[in-house]
Amino acid sequence: MNTLFDFTLALGDDALIAAQRLGEWTSRAPEMEEDVALANIALDQLGAARLLLTYAGELEGAGRDEDALAYLRDDREFRNCLLVELPNGDFAVTMAKLFFLAAYQLPLYTALAGCADERLAAIGAKARKESAYHLDHAALWVKRLGDGTEESHRRMQAAVDQVWPYTHELLTADPAAPVDPATLRADFDATVSAVLDEATLTRPETRWTPGGGRDGVHTEHLSYLLAEMQVLHRAHPGARW
Amino acid sequence: MYGNDFAAPEDGPGGGLLGEVEAAEAALREAAARARRGGPAPDEDLDGYFTDVIDADQKIEPRDWMPEAYRKTLIRQIAQHAHSEIIGMQPEGNWISRAPSLKRKAILLAKVQDEAGHGLYLYAAAETLGVSRDELVQLLLDGRQKYSSIFNYPTLTWADVGAIGWLVDGAAIVNQVPLCRCSYGPYARAMIRVCKEESFHQRQGYEILHTLAHGTPAQKAMAQDAVDRWWYPSLAMFGPPDGDSTHSAQSMAWKIKRFSNDDLRQRFVDMCVGQAEVLGLALPDPELRWNDERQAYDYTQPDYDELMRVIKGDGPCNRERMAHRRRAHAEGAWVREAAAAYAAKQKNKEKVAA
Repeated sequence: MNTLFDFTLALGDDALIAAQRLGEWTSRAPEMEEDVALANIALDQLGAARLLLTYAGELEGAGRDEDALAYLRDDREFRNCLLVELPNGDFAVTMAKLFFLAAYQLPLYTALAGCADERLAAIGAKARKESAYHLDHAALWVKRLGDGTEESHRRMQAAVDQVWPYTHELLTADPAAPVDPATLRADFDATVSAVLDEATLTRPETRWTPGGGRDGVHTEHLSYLLAEMQVLHRAHPGARW
Repeated sequence: MYGNDFAAPEDGPGGGLLGEVEAAEAALREAAARARRGGPAPDEDLDGYFTDVIDADQKIEPRDWMPEAYRKTLIRQIAQHAHSEIIGMQPEGNWISRAPSLKRKAILLAKVQDEAGHGLYLYAAAETLGVSRDELVQLLLDGRQKYSSIFNYPTLTWADVGAIGWLVDGAAIVNQVPLCRCSYGPYARAMIRVCKEESFHQRQGYEILHTLAHGTPAQKAMAQDAVDRWWYPSLAMFGPPDGDSTHSAQSMAWKIKRFSNDDLRQRFVDMCVGQAEVLGLALPDPELRWNDERQAYDYTQPDYDELMRVIKGDGPCNRERMAHRRRAHAEGAWVREAAAAYAAKQKNKEKVAA
């Protein structure tokens, strides 16, 4: 990543794709309270995505608004991290994804709130409050599942093992960015270790470190996600909704 | 009044109905402020006491004595209302992933989230009558309690999301506004909260249709098609005609219901005609016309045989809706068990620490 536009777009894409996946849970959650919570978090992510994409469009100066950026780019132009595009899997996989994402977004948005760019600082200040709630919610579920029944422990550990490699991409150094993700490492590690310990889960070793999302090189999952998300918008070029 | 609740072009629906909700809320406060008679006298007939409270337009509260049939009727009605909110998340939830703009996606997500919240209020209201949410959910899953027939129709296009907001939520509000004055306090209070949010949803649905109807020819056709498909199922939401309605008379005497099915249906039709004109969409009823003598619109009744088929389980989506709910419940079992096991462990730890 090299420009402010790339950076802003990448964060907006993270939030947008996370919202899309969380939205898939609607009416499918294990309990009604969780339906409310997941929709709530999806809405927060979508709200952050709209602010970031709108700003990215302005930075680019090519007349693209949030909808042009969300609906009219192909997967090779999306800049989200791979973590958020992974399928929801079972509830443990969803919670592992949300936990790692929030453990990254909270220090990221907190740092952003203090950055020199006023717009990003304002977005960071708003989004960090929401991230704190997401982190709290996901961490509690990681603990409940990790230290719940034998089956839930097994599933939660499997979810952590499955998702863990994708956290590497979140913290890849980018010294030119308004907030260098590498500087978030200590905060991320501290949060993750404390919660996994309490959840009686083990932290996998980092061997395989998939990446490429920031360069538009995604998993095979993203283009299906986009096909669904964009289908109606693309079917009616130029229409207002 | 409902019948004249025609929206101004920029205004959309909801204004008159919200006024009704606010009036009901004020009446509720007044009833609470009026000195309520205490419990029944030692030798007083309980039925007489109960009738007295109802006649005085006071609210029955959870600890009050009430006839067993009143309790059962309310449990059935409130539970089925709660089930409808939960099942009702599915047809609209079907479009969250494909909503055509980020703004619409956000509005739709918030709406479906509200519905889950309404389900929760209503189950809580039902629980004040001495039944547990788990029992009620089981009755739904076993097919022994119903949910609103309307949610057995499919959402085939984006415009259906608008039609559901305008017509389905509109019909729900016309039905529910009088329930804000229902004799059972917890239900009346839940309805006040629900109606306020529903009227917001109805306005948003209307706005979706308005945008489509004033958009491209393809969008307008999409909107008209949705209204064509949702009009009669929405009219059927008021239930069978008065002559065939089994619970009506008793519910009216108990002040659970305040108006008959046909009265409410007429109000709804009268309300929609003007709104459809503003939208520039046609209601699919060639017989629809103003009757000067009745000061109301004449209209074609919905097909009540179809309504009965849908209620009995043979509508287009009954099987899918139930399978979806059962699947979510079954697939979530291990999560709920984990939460219970974790809570028990935490409680133990606290005991050891104390």
